[in-house]
Amino acid sequence: MIVTKDQIVRWLRRVADVLEENKEYLTKLDAAIGDADHGINMDRGFKRVLGQLPKVEDKDIGSILKTTGMALISSVGGAGGPLYGTLFMRAGMAVDGKQELTPEDLVTLLRAAVDGVIQRGKAEVGDKTMVDALVPALQAFQKAVEAGESVDIALERAVAAAEEGMKATIPMLAKKGRASYLGERSIGHQDPGATSSYLILKALLDTVREAP
Amino acid sequence: MKKLINKPENFVRESLEGMAYAHPDLLKIHLDPNFVYRADAPVQGKVAVISGGGSGHEPMHGGFVGKGMLDAACPGEVFTSPTPDQMFEAAKAVHGGAGVLFIVKNYTGDVMNFEMAAELAHAEGIPVQNILIDDDVAVKDSLYTAGRRGTGTTVLAEKICGAAAEAGYDLKQVADLCRRVNLNGRCMGMALTSCTVPAKGTPTFDLGDDEMEIGIGIHGEPGRERMKIKSADEITEMLALAIIEDPAYTRTVREWDMEKGEWVEVELTDEPFKEGDRVIAMVNSMGGTPVSELYVVYRKLHEICEKKGLTIVRNLVGAYITSLEMQGVSITLLRADDEMLRFWDAPVHTPALRWGM
Repeated sequence: MIVTKDQIVRWLRRVADVLEENKEYLTKLDAAIGDADHGINMDRGFKRVLGQLPKVEDKDIGSILKTTGMALISSVGGAGGPLYGTLFMRAGMAVDGKQELTPEDLVTLLRAAVDGVIQRGKAEVGDKTMVDALVPALQAFQKAVEAGESVDIALERAVAAAEEGMKATIPMLAKKGRASYLGERSIGHQDPGATSSYLILKALLDTVREAP
Repeated sequence: MKKLINKPENFVRESLEGMAYAHPDLLKIHLDPNFVYRADAPVQGKVAVISGGGSGHEPMHGGFVGKGMLDAACPGEVFTSPTPDQMFEAAKAVHGGAGVLFIVKNYTGDVMNFEMAAELAHAEGIPVQNILIDDDVAVKDSLYTAGRRGTGTTVLAEKICGAAAEAGYDLKQVADLCRRVNLNGRCMGMALTSCTVPAKGTPTFDLGDDEMEIGIGIHGEPGRERMKIKSADEITEMLALAIIEDPAYTRTVREWDMEKGEWVEVELTDEPFKEGDRVIAMVNSMGGTPVSELYVVYRKLHEICEKKGLTIVRNLVGAYITSLEMQGVSITLLRADDEMLRFWDAPVHTPALRWGM
């Protein structure tokens, strides 16, 4: 089973829908421990992505993802812009020129994306950031692919791991970003960045599952 | 929410357009990507000093664009960092051949966006350096947080570095001076009320009628303590002593290695204030506090500094780095040497600061 270019484009459109639906929710999570703009910023960013997609839909998957990254970098702002921008840029660079992705390509793509986020933000697992959703998802995905599972099963496990990682941020003490200034007061709140990362991965699973 | 806005999504742009109409002699604006830049840019042979950050802190930074201060300012959405394309386009517009200094307030988003901008500028062949301002003593711990936030010292650094660039300092000299200003400046703020971001429409945090937040951040980030409100003298004393008695603070920051074209980690330590220091003092409104109250604070600050053996040699009292309509005050003290004072006194002509010309 492979992931087609058409599915990647539909995934990005779905992400835009999902982030619009969850704009208030993400902003509410951010209001508790950040500056109450994550939902607004991500929605604005993916609206920009939607505007750019028609220009690159006929190109390769690498170009589509890199264009997505650039659109996010230039429109999201805050910490989310560089982090999600880097995530999609690195993902695109990892699959340059490809028209479809094998499970192994997806492993390469996800690893490059997650490494990029870690380099840019200098966060580790346990810091209460998007890394807490992304790293377990990457590990689960890679393990499933190595065990010979199909893309949808591997993605299902990745999304489950991301969801678990997202929920695991609730009792954590934030060590990065604006939430870190809350100290103990950051405990008990789910990280908005881990939540948007989960939603983006979940949108990929939902896209792969729907009829072509 | 009661505000003088048309549509929240047009707020930043319409405010910039108004600025351009008000100050055609000093500055121009560029939209999409948004930046404010000197009317006479690029100034050939001069280091270009650029800053930026979320909107909502006016007059910082756009109000400091002009002769003797900033060459360009990049405003983000309200309380949201601007993006690298803004900073990169601003850098290209004002680069006069002597390179660009980015003065960056220490917030995770600002730092990452300005780092990406520096990488873009470097790739374009523009010599660049990023200097962080992290002066907010309300944050004690740098190990388990993103470090001290950039607050009042930013205003003083922009004035002093802008004048140094005007006087012909090269990029390394302006950057070194900026780093030194940061290491000698300390700030702390407090809030009597919250503020409302237009796009959100409700107050950023809840504060009871009889409560205040000591050590508030300029985006409403929590400070050291929430407590019952006290008198102006007691509040001034809490802020001033937190600054004056703040111990040496060590942090690791990333600076750009211009030779190698990569980020290097640098450990920096500042020294506490001591008797005999000469200081520049800023008593700053968070946006909603009237000037009369600022002078009540300045009165007490003056007494405390005298008692502690610090001489206030220059001062600024007014609204310079604000948090929308928040009521409250921040105090900044900068230990100033002769070089800093010379550049402080140098002529400046911007919408918000003007003297000597």
